[in-house]
Amino acid sequence: MESRSEKRELSIYIHIPFCVKKCNYCDFLSFAASDSQQERYVNMLQKQIISQGQVMSQYKIRSIFIGGGTPSILKADQVDRIMEAVNKACQYRDSFQQNEPEVTIEANPGTLTKEKLRVYKELGINRLSMGLQSASDQELQILGRIHNYKTFRENYDMARELGFQNINVDLMSALPSQTMSSYQNTIEEVVRLNPEHISAYSLIIEEGTEFYKKYAIHGESKELPSEEEERDMYKMTKKMLESAGYKQYEISNYAKKGHESRHNLSYWTGIEYLGFGLGASSLLNHVRYYNERNAEIYMEKIEKNQKVMHIEENLSEADEMAEFMILGLRLTNGVNGDEFTKRFQLGIFEKYGTIIKKYQLLDLIKVRGNRIYLTENGISVSNQILIEFLPEND
Amino acid sequence: MAGIEQSKIRNFCIIAHIDHGKSTLADRIIEKTGLLTQREMQEQVLDNMELERERGITIKAQTVRIVYKAKDGEEYVFNLIDTPGHVDFNYEVSRSLAACEGAILIVDAAQGIEAQTLANCYLALDHDLEIMPVINKIDLPSAEPDRVKAEIEDIIGLDASDAPLISAKQGLNIEEVLEQIVTRIPAPSGRKDASLKALIFDSIYDSYKGVIVFTRIFDGVIKKGTRMKMIATNAEAEVVEVGTFGAGQFIPCEELTAGMVGYVTASLKNVKDTRVGDTITDAENPCGEALPGYKKVNPMVYCGMYPADGSKYGDLRDALEKLQLNDASLQFEAETSVALGFGFRCGFLGLLHLEIIQERLEREYNLDIVTTAPGVVYKVYRTDGQVLEITNPSNLPSPTEIEYMEEPVVSAEIMVTTEFVGSIMSLCQERRGIYLGMEYMEETRALLRYELPLNEIIYDFFDALKSRSRGYASFDYELKGYEKSELVKLDILINKEEVDALSFIVHAETSYERGRKMCEKLKKEIPRQLFEIPIQAAVGSKVIARETVKAMRKDVLAKCYGGDITRKKKLLEKQKEGKKRMRQVGNVEIPQKAFMSVLKLDDE
Repeated sequence: MESRSEKRELSIYIHIPFCVKKCNYCDFLSFAASDSQQERYVNMLQKQIISQGQVMSQYKIRSIFIGGGTPSILKADQVDRIMEAVNKACQYRDSFQQNEPEVTIEANPGTLTKEKLRVYKELGINRLSMGLQSASDQELQILGRIHNYKTFRENYDMARELGFQNINVDLMSALPSQTMSSYQNTIEEVVRLNPEHISAYSLIIEEGTEFYKKYAIHGESKELPSEEEERDMYKMTKKMLESAGYKQYEISNYAKKGHESRHNLSYWTGIEYLGFGLGASSLLNHVRYYNERNAEIYMEKIEKNQKVMHIEENLSEADEMAEFMILGLRLTNGVNGDEFTKRFQLGIFEKYGTIIKKYQLLDLIKVRGNRIYLTENGISVSNQILIEFLPEND
Repeated sequence: MAGIEQSKIRNFCIIAHIDHGKSTLADRIIEKTGLLTQREMQEQVLDNMELERERGITIKAQTVRIVYKAKDGEEYVFNLIDTPGHVDFNYEVSRSLAACEGAILIVDAAQGIEAQTLANCYLALDHDLEIMPVINKIDLPSAEPDRVKAEIEDIIGLDASDAPLISAKQGLNIEEVLEQIVTRIPAPSGRKDASLKALIFDSIYDSYKGVIVFTRIFDGVIKKGTRMKMIATNAEAEVVEVGTFGAGQFIPCEELTAGMVGYVTASLKNVKDTRVGDTITDAENPCGEALPGYKKVNPMVYCGMYPADGSKYGDLRDALEKLQLNDASLQFEAETSVALGFGFRCGFLGLLHLEIIQERLEREYNLDIVTTAPGVVYKVYRTDGQVLEITNPSNLPSPTEIEYMEEPVVSAEIMVTTEFVGSIMSLCQERRGIYLGMEYMEETRALLRYELPLNEIIYDFFDALKSRSRGYASFDYELKGYEKSELVKLDILINKEEVDALSFIVHAETSYERGRKMCEKLKKEIPRQLFEIPIQAAVGSKVIARETVKAMRKDVLAKCYGGDITRKKKLLEKQKEGKKRMRQVGNVEIPQKAFMSVLKLDDE
């Protein structure tokens, strides 16, 4: 336990929905917008953050994550104003002495400058998450990215030069036209750069994306790797990264020792979080909220001091048990039985013994001490297992 | 309505091949006689059921009474009895014909005589009906009325020289048809003062009136208070109401007398008591003998019907009971399947009848139904001398207890243009047909006669026939009897467990082919699961075909962060719902669809 204070921990998420251009695979709440729209949004964001000071003061801030979209598209002073607002609301900088919160900003190559990076540093942003996706320029083009590998390299080196010591690089596998060898090359390139953290995602063709139109509607596409190839890529990722000193700690996340993302771990371990900005989610006191998803309405409501945070779901104890399992089993460490008992006053085997045994027999779940976790094969088919933990709804 | 002179009554039906315009002509007749205005006419008044309108076929016989003022200045009463238009319902057709003195034979001016035209025509001739040919669809560019007239004369031997040339669709020359009904079709005969003798040609169940019997009075009188007796079923009841048929409504009247067509209600609760073809008489003054031709129709095709949601078993039973009130030929009894749970073994007149019942259960009763492969009634002669009638493959005794088996065979007539004779013959060959002969109807068309096992034609024979003749072949059959046959039970094993609902009886020679196709189809329908699933087809202990559903390799959400959790949870919930709808056989989850998919193996 990191602290003996009675205050519960809180993670803060700040959403910046702007991009230079939307990527072909992206289904996030993001779009291109004019300077004046961005400026107005930042103003409203500040206002929403400050309005939640009361809530934040009841917690100890564990992490802050500025995500998107492309947060690095904002001007340095806009980021400055947002972080000022956060500091005003919760004095996060005060906690720097005892236990520095993890403060991350997502940055896309092609939008970073030395000036921006310097300001980030000054604001206490101590972690960068950079979207590379692929080291192949051809694949980057297919994805609809605005940068090439060289731009990424320049931005990455610049960040290192300016003293960023905790950098994540995002990668993608199972891309159209991607081969085992091109993907292997991407991993080799990234390992050489030696970032502290790597997120490696298998492409999901999401509804409403350009890729969906192109690949999903007409059934299986020859350009997409098969299920078998996709799994081979997944296994290769793990093998290559582990031999380079990264440890897998979640389905798609790898880190050097001590560099697991505190912020993302919050989501998987049931820590509360508060989201600011368009469409952001919050989890406070057994209730999950979402912010207004329409940009115009979002800004208008804040302007008029109206509520933008709506209840998404009230979590019953049954829901929370299910989420404990569904999210916890994403982690390679799995879930902790003692933790379950502490939270729900119920033995984990009492509750889920039958399911756990069923998949233990298939070698998809393992139990070691008080830990229950998915095996490598279990991770590959995890949805099949996770659905068993959903509460019966009638 | 009493006091109509017999000489002014015309009882007739319309017979035709499917799509030759039977219902359309019926509509025009009703419209022309002024019973309904054109605006009141819903297209094809007589096809009542939504299903009938959609499929363009008549399933239940419908009857309408029309008053026509002829050119001779007299008013005539027409009773038009519309007959079901499918071979499944041949017996009903024959009973409807028996209620008439004449039949309008419609022939399509472009297509000419088809298999059903002939079959129905022979049926009408068997009943000594006056047949009045009408050439329809003369508005079509491809119409060849002269050729079709010649065909009618050459093939059927009817004088077609003054056959009206009409377009029922456009209402062309309908007058001429009406006049010929008066002049060509004989008036009924029969004595009003004789004891009551009336034919039941249909009966329906109405929740207010109880059973409504559709009847043709041959002798005597029936009216309110008559103690009526059904000769074959021995049921008796006091008549509550009699009347005639308006368009879509019942019009009560004083009495029905010899020669008339009408309805009778008698607070009967079940159509089982009023079987089509039975004779009604007066219990206090019975007639000497029944009208000829009654037979109890037995189902020819059986299948299992199960509720997709096991908790709906009671609902399914209620629905079947309600449908049976109206349909004495539908039979069902409870059965249990390891794979599908509680359901019913249901018997039908044919595959169309089966499909209709299934669709009505789904539409009118909102039930999701899983059906097993339809089969016929096999006779099993056991070594101990017992004879069993098997409608469910699971009940087949073990091979060592079987002396031999018999299966039903039909005589079939297939009419086809000569260019397709070869491909149709090879189709019949594949279906174990025995060639009986071929006649050329004219230079371009031939009539093939085959003897075919019923189980070879109940699946998809009609579809195959159509596709191999580019839609030109037409087909009619009647049950001939039972013949000895080398039959085996084909079992399907999924993950080494026999799935009873997929077993069926098949001829030994075709078992390999069937088994292979079933395995291939099931492989497509069963989704990958956490382990490899062998699918095997077996006869006895011998595996004759095998496919494998590979183990699932990937089902994982790559990303799940704070903003995704609710959405991703919903995806998982949806996935769980989908799994719930599947049937569990051993460890394997089988989608409902898989059970149905094996019904149509010859799609590809």
